[in-house]
Parts: sequence; structure tokens; C-alpha cells
Amino acid sequence: MNLLTKKLSKTDLIGVVVLSAIILVLFPTVFSIFRLNLIGKYLTYAFVGVSLVLLWGNGGILSLGQGVFFGLGGYCMAMFLKLEASDPIATKIQTTPGIPDFMDWNQITKLPLFWLPFKSLTFTILAILLVPAFFAFIIGVAMFKRRVGGVYFAIITQAVALILSVLIVGQQGLTGGINGITDLKTMHGWDIRSDSAKYILYYANGVLLIGCVVFTRWVLSTKFGMLLLALREKEDRVRFSGYDVANFKTLAFCMSAVMCAIGGAMFTLQVGFMSPSFVGITPSIEMVIYTAVGGRMSVVGAVFGTLLVNFAKTFFSEQYPDLWLFLMGGTFIGVVMLFPDGLAGLFERFGKPFLARMTSGKASPKKNDEPTVAVAAALESGGKHG
Amino acid sequence: MASHEMLTIQGLGVSFDGFKAVDDLIGPNGAGKTTLLDLICGKTKSTSGTIMFKTMDLTQMKEHAIVRAGVGRKFQTPSIYENLTVSENLEVSFPRGRSAFGALFFKRTADVAERVKNVAEEVLLSEKLDQQAALLSHGQKQWLEIGMLLMQDPELLMLDEPVAGMTVNEREQTAELLNRISKNRSVIVIEHDMEFVRKIAHKVTVLHQGKVIAEGSMDKVTADPRVIEVYLGH
Repeated sequence: MNLLTKKLSKTDLIGVVVLSAIILVLFPTVFSIFRLNLIGKYLTYAFVGVSLVLLWGNGGILSLGQGVFFGLGGYCMAMFLKLEASDPIATKIQTTPGIPDFMDWNQITKLPLFWLPFKSLTFTILAILLVPAFFAFIIGVAMFKRRVGGVYFAIITQAVALILSVLIVGQQGLTGGINGITDLKTMHGWDIRSDSAKYILYYANGVLLIGCVVFTRWVLSTKFGMLLLALREKEDRVRFSGYDVANFKTLAFCMSAVMCAIGGAMFTLQVGFMSPSFVGITPSIEMVIYTAVGGRMSVVGAVFGTLLVNFAKTFFSEQYPDLWLFLMGGTFIGVVMLFPDGLAGLFERFGKPFLARMTSGKASPKKNDEPTVAVAAALESGGKHG
Repeated sequence: MASHEMLTIQGLGVSFDGFKAVDDLIGPNGAGKTTLLDLICGKTKSTSGTIMFKTMDLTQMKEHAIVRAGVGRKFQTPSIYENLTVSENLEVSFPRGRSAFGALFFKRTADVAERVKNVAEEVLLSEKLDQQAALLSHGQKQWLEIGMLLMQDPELLMLDEPVAGMTVNEREQTAELLNRISKNRSVIVIEHDMEFVRKIAHKVTVLHQGKVIAEGSMDKVTADPRVIEVYLGH
């Protein structure tokens, strides 16, 4: 029984192994720490890409507000780091020492109540996981129980993204405003700006990402995953088979939110700041594009898609500063028109038959060589000019 | 075919912009028989009346709760998951792991596999278990959906035009299938094809514009002058 499922998980396993090898072995050996840190940043977006494979690719629920959860995770982490960076000695020139600098500039003299628990790392880690899950739960229940779906859900998530980013910008004294929370230095005394810390954070990020990839694959292999596919296709049939569809959608939405938040927290750690420009509409839509380019049904594809888009972005902006936005737009249009199933679809169509021919001679499974080659090319030229 | 007192419908009404589709009793021919099934399974909410299934009032229950109470419904056009295989279609319909977390930790145990195998045999799809459902013929898709309902072992099974678009041969097989599965449960079938109805029905109700115009055995119903008028008159 279920030969198909078994076969799928075998190719998946190969995909995950190849992905792990590229992230954990190939990239660190080939690239300098500067470039590696940049890749680490891109890989934090891949968490969102993977979350959208679960939610959108398989569940058919298009969220244009994943930046909200990425931002919530990122801000939770940033608040903890900012408090540690704002000890009374380091901030003694302020009117009120011991509070974050932007609060001091905004004439705030006391740490706001909701900042207080972020002095604890345990609380912060819990908040990174639970705050986005809670938000997703509220939005999910409110929308899905009322059977709001499709385009309407997408528009509402987009509105939420806009609301949150406007709120963050507006409440400058509490959130750091448009600049975000910057100047983050240490985590429990450990300097996150040093090269060794960057290496460790890169690896931690890679392992967490692979964890999310494996988790998502597992979820999709369960009955829950099968039902997600089923309700993407025939929601009524699922409902009239005795399932409360809204609960399934809400749980998928919560899972995707937590993954985005982990990505956001790792972003803050690796890049050293968090700002509303990662919360609003533009980043949220861009993150959907990563998944579309990678192939919205493929978890591993989403990671490669994210990398490819970001490398292309770096490459175009360094090579053609005047034209790069047009070139990016053109690339997206081209991908969607020519390869509606993204890189993963491309691999299914050309890569697999090619591999099958090759493996009849020597077995050397190398999945998705196109993105890797493109990645290497983009980095090389980026390196020359950057 | 329905056993007595399993399903009682009283004063049921639903209005669409002032137009009463179902009046007093059950759905009319052509413009509302599907509405009747929609009302029973909760897809459409009635504006008045009650539908008693055993001791439960279905008009007050959510769709998934109605299904769990033992009412299964097949849609008019085959409603299956085309991107899953036949066995996956059946497995997904197995009535365990119905909560979101339950589905996450659902184990494909031997009894599930056994049930999938038995039901597939029942609906003549044993050979097709690993085939993608999209590749089935129209008739096989209809059977698969009936199979998905059988997985849930409902006490009341409602079928909306199960043989529409089937070949003569497939109709024969479906009639046999329905006679087999109706041994253990009540089945309500909506159908136009009189030959097919004759083969399967124990009791026939003829509806016209929201009213029951005849009820009884097939011979009695077909002899009723009003039925003849409704079917041939207009």
C-alpha cells in the first residue's frame, strides 16, 4: 500500500541530505565569513519559504502576511538583545541610563511594562515561539471559522502586515520606529558580532532550517498533510467527511507562523538589527515569490528558490544599480510564465530523467544543480565587485 | 429503503430571496432535490422546521458533526481528491484522527489497511489502489466517492444521482453495489433514471415543486396519474 508515499519520502531524504551538505559543508568551505553571513541572512528568509510550502503550496492558503510572524520573532529577539546592550554603564550618558537609546531620545524615562520580561532569555525564546503562534491562532480562528478563504484571506493577511508595520513605525518610543532596533551587541555576554559567533550562528541557523524542512516533510507525510492537500482540492468533501476544516487550516497557519518567527529571530542574531522593513507588505510578498520560484510544492525547492532570488538580487544590484529592479521583475515574470512549478518542477522535468541516465553508469545524486551553479556564479561576480 | 423513524422531516423550509425551494416536506424535482440533501447534511441552513435523525435535530448541528452522527452524503459530480491515489482517498476518509492533532499523529495501522482493502473491493477498485484518482474514469470516480463514504460506515447514506454519466454496464454494477451496501444501512438515492430506480428502490417518493406528490412502491408510483402528468405533461 501507498507505494507513492514511500517513493516520495526516499527522494525527499536525498533532497534533505544534499541540502544539508550544501548548507553545512559546501558554503562554509567555499565562502568567506562576510559572504557566509550574507548567505545566513538569506537562509533566514528560507524559513518563510518553507512555511509557505506547507501553508500555500499544500494547503492552498495564500498568506501575504508572513512578514508579520518573521517580524514578531525578530522583534522578540531584538528586544532581549537590546536590553542587554542597554545596561546602565553603557548608557550612562543618557538622561535615563539603563533603557534602550531610542526610548531615551523619545523622552521615555521608564522601561515600558511589556519590555520587562524580555530581560530573560528563557522568556524570550518562549515568546519567539508562542507570540506568533498565538497571533496566527487568533487570525486563523477569526477567518477560517467564518469560512474566509482564498483571495479574501490573502488581502486580510496583507492588511495585518500593513497594520503591524505602521504600528511599529508610529510607536517610535516603544519600538524604535522606522529605524528598528539597532546596535545589538551581546547575548548573555557572548559577542554576536565576532567572526566566531557568526560561524556558530550560521551553523545554528542551518541546523534549525534543516529541522524545519524535515518537520514540514513529516507533517506533509501524515494524514494531516494528506488532508491539507485534500482540502486544497475539495474543501466541501473534507468537511462532509466529518472534519472541522477550520481547525486544520488554523493549525497549519500556526505551524507556519512559528517557522517564520524562528527565521526572524535568527535574522536578528545574524544581522544584528530588526526593523519594520521586514514586516510590511513588500517583504511579505517577496517571500511568497521565493516559494513560487523554488516550487510551491517542494520544501527543499523553497530553500533553493530563496537562495536563488536573493543571489540574483545581490548580483543585479551590484552589476546594474540602475536597472536591477527591472531585471528582478523580469526574472519573476519569466519564472512564473516558463516554469509554473518553479525550480523543483524544472528538476522533476529535466533533472530526474538526466540523473536516471547518469546513474545507470555512476551513481552520484546531485539534486538541483541549476540553482547551485547559479548561486556560485552570482557569488563569484558579486565578490569581484563587492 | 429508509427504515422507519430514522429520519423525520417536519415543516422544513428554506427560502432563497423569497422563493421557497422546499415547502412543507421535501425537495422538488429539478429545482430543489439537491437542496433537500443540502438541508439534511447541513450545507444549507433551513429557515424553519426540523430534521430529526434518530433523536438529533440536524438543523442545529455543524456539517462535520452531522457526518460524525452517521450521515454520509455523495455529491452530484464526483467529489474526490484527484491529486491523491485511490487508497489515499479512502484512507483520508477513515473515521479516526478527525481532529487536527489527531490527524497529525494518525497511524496507518493494520485495521485501516484492511478496511481500505475491503472497501476498495466493494466498490470494484481493488486493481486501482495505487493509481492517482484523477486518472480514473467518470464511473470509477463515482464509485470511489461511494467508497469514501463507506469508509465512514454511515447509518444513513445519501446519494445524489450516482449513475449520472455512467455507461449501461456501469449502471448495472452500481445497482448491484447499492443493493449490497443497503443491507446494513439506510440509503436515500436521488435519481431520474426510472429503470435504475426500479432496480434498487424499495420505496419511491416523487417530489414536484417542493411537494410530495406520490409515495410507495415503484409500481404504485408509476401508475399514479399525477406522476405521469408531472413527468410527461410539461
